[in-house]
Amino acid sequence: MTDAAAIRSAEAKEPPSYLKAGRTVASWLTTTDHKRIALLYFGSITFFFFIGGAAATLIRLELISPEGRFFTNDGYNRLFTLHGVIMVWFFLVPSIPTTFGNFLLPLMVGAKDVAFPRLNLMSWYLNMAGGLLVLACLILGGVDTGWTFYTPFSSMFSNGYVVLAAAAVFVAGFSTIATGVNFIVTVHVLRAPGMTWFRLPLFVWTQYATAAVIVLATPVLAISLLLLMAERLFGLPIFDPAHGGDPVLFQHLFWFYSHPAVYIMVLPAFGVISEIVTCFSRRRIFGYTAMIWAILGIAVIGFFVWGHHMFVAGMSPFAALVFSFLSFVVAVPSAIKVFNWTFTLYRGQIYFEAPMIYALGFIGLFTTGGLSGLFTASLPIDVHVTDSYFVVAHFHYIMVGGSVSAFFGALHFWWPKITGRLAPDRWARFSAILMYFGFNFTFFPQFVMGYLGMNRRYHHYAPEFQIYHVTSSAGAAILAAAYLLPMGYLTWSLFYGRKAGDNPWGATGLEWQTTSPPPRENFVEQPRVDEGPYLYHPDQVAPFEEAPERRQQHDPQGKSDPTRAGMEE
Amino acid sequence: MGESIFWLPAASEQGEQVDHLFFLLLAVSAIVTIVVFVLLVTFAVRYRHGSKAKRGKLPNLMRRELEIGWTAATAFLFLFIFWWVSSAQLEGYSPPPDALEIHVTAKQWMFKTQQPSGVREINELHLPVDTPVRLVMASEDVIHSFWVPAFRFKRDILPGRVTQGWFTPDKTGTFHLFCAEFCGTNHSEMTGRIIVMSQADYAEWTAGQPQGDDLGKEGAKLFVAKGCSGCHAPSSKVHAPNLAGLFGRKIPLADGSIVTADERYIRDSILQPRREIAAGYPPIMPSFQGVVSEEDLTRLLAYIRSIGKETP
Ligand SMILES: [Cu+2]
Ligand SMILES: [Cu+2]
Repeated sequence: MTDAAAIRSAEAKEPPSYLKAGRTVASWLTTTDHKRIALLYFGSITFFFFIGGAAATLIRLELISPEGRFFTNDGYNRLFTLHGVIMVWFFLVPSIPTTFGNFLLPLMVGAKDVAFPRLNLMSWYLNMAGGLLVLACLILGGVDTGWTFYTPFSSMFSNGYVVLAAAAVFVAGFSTIATGVNFIVTVHVLRAPGMTWFRLPLFVWTQYATAAVIVLATPVLAISLLLLMAERLFGLPIFDPAHGGDPVLFQHLFWFYSHPAVYIMVLPAFGVISEIVTCFSRRRIFGYTAMIWAILGIAVIGFFVWGHHMFVAGMSPFAALVFSFLSFVVAVPSAIKVFNWTFTLYRGQIYFEAPMIYALGFIGLFTTGGLSGLFTASLPIDVHVTDSYFVVAHFHYIMVGGSVSAFFGALHFWWPKITGRLAPDRWARFSAILMYFGFNFTFFPQFVMGYLGMNRRYHHYAPEFQIYHVTSSAGAAILAAAYLLPMGYLTWSLFYGRKAGDNPWGATGLEWQTTSPPPRENFVEQPRVDEGPYLYHPDQVAPFEEAPERRQQHDPQGKSDPTRAGMEE
Repeated sequence: MGESIFWLPAASEQGEQVDHLFFLLLAVSAIVTIVVFVLLVTFAVRYRHGSKAKRGKLPNLMRRELEIGWTAATAFLFLFIFWWVSSAQLEGYSPPPDALEIHVTAKQWMFKTQQPSGVREINELHLPVDTPVRLVMASEDVIHSFWVPAFRFKRDILPGRVTQGWFTPDKTGTFHLFCAEFCGTNHSEMTGRIIVMSQADYAEWTAGQPQGDDLGKEGAKLFVAKGCSGCHAPSSKVHAPNLAGLFGRKIPLADGSIVTADERYIRDSILQPRREIAAGYPPIMPSFQGVVSEEDLTRLLAYIRSIGKETP
């Protein structure tokens, strides 16, 4: 894509990598380098992922017995609230955008940094401030409203630290807004010469759409939390029906943010999967423009479906029909994406290294999650399954099976670019497969018990559901192992992993045209773009005839064999 | 209950319909899942790197037609499902007029139910089989939700608002009742039983209960005790509407709009009388917010409903 020769010739006077440009703690905490900020975010979201994960572990442990064992009712309520608040706002929402988005977006568009580097740093500090508030809330005793903060329970009846938790989310919201603004402007003004909109990798498109959703939806969350705090702190009658307020108003405001938030969590995952599937099947993405329209369609229609969370909360039958209809409509572009990824494999040269295993796992889990969404979009079925484990399973399939799998796929795919080292692929493939089966083992039983009548957020439950809970908890143990394993071997690879080289997977995309890890300024010379994305093979020709020099760069772990290229002829 | 841990048979007419739709969707999902998995596995095996499978040119036109084809097919399939499930939903939207009216009051952490005969229960509800049941529900504190999984029925119970729902149990037996909306500390303890009996057993059970007055009669007493009759009785000198024959009528409001005098309207008129003023009457009624409890409201509503059939 770039003038590769120019970069090669510049190798002699190669600048130090971003990791080596300044080694003091202060050089990290005051950095405005998007790559270092991405690493700061990696640190914080990993920390919160483990806190949220610890809460999940305790929940699964507690639910092994219908009577519970270790926690009081209040203790259990605080536990699942903590799990939800931390996983949603301190892991899932920031996860891919603030880490891979921050690291890769400028590289992928051929820029030196994001548009507002200092705003980018401020965003991390805001996220930390929110994180400290949430930790303070946790240490003081927690909050028991569920992550949804429904009024009037949260505003008038809860005895937890509601205001502290709401303030934490409020502050963290501004950090994502800052990231969103940064991404939008970066994509608009910092694209390299020749990088037209329809030459952008789909990862950039998804980051762009996500950023737009963040900027439009998050202020509504801020407003609803402010109103909630005003009622709780000062008794302003807003949601309290005794003073003419409307408790359902809060739900409307909350879901007006929180449904689009689902797409904030899952659109970036779509981007990741598109990059991985093309690279490992050595194939152009099937239907590039259709994919872009699907991304934009999801982002727009996603704003008009929030009412499907309130089918049983007192809604006119006409409104319910409209929301149900739109929920079906928004499922169409997601289905298109699944078909397009699948057909990208068609006539490819498919390699099954760890990132690809994660990506294939994503497609499987996302398909199940998406199809279960058809059930919850159907009025009569949703009336039965809403607030049950069916819904719990549904959104975990999307957000954990989908987004978290994609996060791990991205981690393994770009690990060589970020650290300069290759992860041991055998271990990585093993944990990817473990994650897929552990996940299904954990969450599939929840679909069944939900339909049979297992209520969400129940500490004690009817004994006939125990078998499902025990199965689910056993699966969770496997899943936990699959999440912990990468911590071990990735850390190991930092010291003992093989040097990656610039482009170990033989991928297209500007980020692979610079060194691994990249220098502070990303590129030695301003890259120029004169062709579209994913040119793994000439147009109209399947990859049997791809340019051979690109394939030779593809050098998977454990086989440093020069015979490889010969084998493929 | 629960002969099998793998399936919960539906025990209401509506529940059986929901199950039909559920299995239809399950079949569709199974087909889509199988198609996706078969394609993924076939492609993955056939086009693994270095395999001998043929990889010729891809005509551009076929690519675009494929894309348009499956977009249209998916959209059509989804719209068809939407149409099917929604028409099923709409058919059963309004309860039959002769449905058995059960009043439910929810509070942290119990359900209080009251039969038309006046019999009251806590966390229990006895019902006759094959009889449509209409629930009229309100909450005294936070949002709760009335979920009977065997009936595939759920409706939120809100503070400050009457919500309604209906179903027709068609199997006798004992079924779980759960509070489905998170409502605080003992949310998971807010459960109960629905006991569906044959019509003869139900009549016997009703006769064997200590007879309170029925709701309407209790309401009539309250109507006097709380001072409502001072203004709303036909003989009163105050210019206030006579409530006989009012229930279910269309009422013109002072702002020109028209409402139906249903449970919601009457309840709001008692608690927030200035909100929707009937045309031609001065806004002089005081609010009874905090003066009448949720349960008293239920009785007053029942009384006003019972005189709704009289002509004024
Ligand atoms: Cu939603
Ligand atoms: Cu409750």
